[in-house]
Amino acid sequence: MSNELDELYQSVILDHNRAPRNFRKLEDATTHAEGRNPLCGDVYDVWLKVEGDRIIDATFQGQGCAISKASASMMTQVIKGKSLAEAREVFAAFHKLVTEDLGPGVGRGALPGKLEVFRGVRAFPIRVKCATLSWHAMRQALDQLQP
Amino acid sequence: MNPLAQSRPELHHAGRAAWDVARVRKDFPILSREVRGQPLVYLDNAATAQKPRAVIAALDRYYETGNANVHRGVHALSQEATLEYERVRELAAGFLGARSPSEMIFTAGTTAAINLVAQSYGGSVLRPGDQILVTEMEHHSNLVPWQLVAERTGATIQAIPVADSGGLDLAAFERMLGSRTRIVAVTHASNVIGAINPINAIAAMAHEAGAVVVVDGAQSAPHLRINLAAMDCDFFACSGHKLYGPTGIGLLYGKRDLLEAMPPWQGGGGMIREVQITRSSYAPPPERFEAGTPPIAEVVGLGAALEYVMGWDWEALVAYEQDLVAEAGRKLASVPGLHILGEGADRVSVLSVVLDGIHPHDAGTVLDTFGIAVRAGHHCAQPLMRRFGVTATLRASFGAYNTHEEIDALVAGLAEARRVLG
Repeated sequence: MSNELDELYQSVILDHNRAPRNFRKLEDATTHAEGRNPLCGDVYDVWLKVEGDRIIDATFQGQGCAISKASASMMTQVIKGKSLAEAREVFAAFHKLVTEDLGPGVGRGALPGKLEVFRGVRAFPIRVKCATLSWHAMRQALDQLQP
Repeated sequence: MNPLAQSRPELHHAGRAAWDVARVRKDFPILSREVRGQPLVYLDNAATAQKPRAVIAALDRYYETGNANVHRGVHALSQEATLEYERVRELAAGFLGARSPSEMIFTAGTTAAINLVAQSYGGSVLRPGDQILVTEMEHHSNLVPWQLVAERTGATIQAIPVADSGGLDLAAFERMLGSRTRIVAVTHASNVIGAINPINAIAAMAHEAGAVVVVDGAQSAPHLRINLAAMDCDFFACSGHKLYGPTGIGLLYGKRDLLEAMPPWQGGGGMIREVQITRSSYAPPPERFEAGTPPIAEVVGLGAALEYVMGWDWEALVAYEQDLVAEAGRKLASVPGLHILGEGADRVSVLSVVLDGIHPHDAGTVLDTFGIAVRAGHHCAQPLMRRFGVTATLRASFGAYNTHEEIDALVAGLAEARRVLG
């Protein structure tokens, strides 16, 4: 197996693909958005429960590849408890991680360490959209709260 | 014997001449490159085929020594370009078996060709309540153009169902045909599952009902010997780039009497007889449907592609590709948890699979790391995805230069995908 493949499909990602966390509809969500990739048909719903300035719960449902599903699953874990501004910063840092060739840990202040497993996506530019699909939906859901 | 076999003479061959794949491969420079450190295994021919040296050289030669606009030029270069442009039209008519070059229209591709028929023919004959029949296996390019014209005219659209085997339900088609059916738009071969549709049987039933038949030949023209004189469809569209030619050029065949009655689709230079400020009269077909400066270099490149493939022994090619796709089907079926869509159909060398628990994109990425190019997704055929209850498939499509060894590489790559992705 190639190193690139090793990097991309780390066991943490495969685990989240097989058993996605927070994979349910959030009945009392404050805001919701859908992420859809018309090129491949992948589609995810993201629900957020916001109190004051803080995301107190985040869930998702939908279907797609291992990268998009694991990314959505870990996103819901990571943004829970974050302020709205912090959640946006995490997305910005995550986007940098999957698109820019930075050294380990460089310039990713807002990035929770567990998301580092997605650094392998960089070697597969076509998969960046998979990795960020649910994040775009999350940001859209926030935009609806803070127009 | 399949009762429909008589309508598929293109698949039934008497002898079996050998196909010299090693020699053909030498004509395609790209096949010697490596991808991710491995020899390229190109199995995405249904998306676009690679180009032989003859096509690449023809494009270079045209721009280096022959570039000029066609028609009405008094100078030598323009006359040469015009002669070449019209010579390719004759070649295209010969390749597809049309009765006359005047029935061949150059378009930007299959999509543009179908839009032309939908807007010009459909737009002028369809009335509110008229019916357009499509099939569940159409590419979006043979659905959306009909939706646009249906919206404009008040026509309705119904889809002929696809059976589990991958073939069309012709009994349902017969029931759906009615006095209001004006157009039957059907693919000759599915871009997803490869299934070959019996155009002659469909055309006979459609004509009986008074409808015209529009055939999407994008996936059949590269794999089957097309003979429009014997096919009896009313329109046939295909793309140059899937036929080993350049992108940006396609062909629309239309029966002469239909073309002559059709209004222009796009207006501009080259398609007129005389222009006044407020109205114009139009040139006869095919010029009527070729407004503006056409893709001249692409036509020249298409000509080189057609000359190249017309030098092939098509009986041997069809037999070889049929062997490839049959072997691929057999070997892929041995991969645990793998399912072939529409397994029962006669097919061109296009095959779609799904793997239990593995998304096609992930499998496609694993194959990519082995230098194997396949396509993962809905293949612009979302209704067919819904029909088979999937959101995406992994598609392998084989062309004239693919080998039995490449099938083994594909099967090994999928076994690796199973191992990596669990």
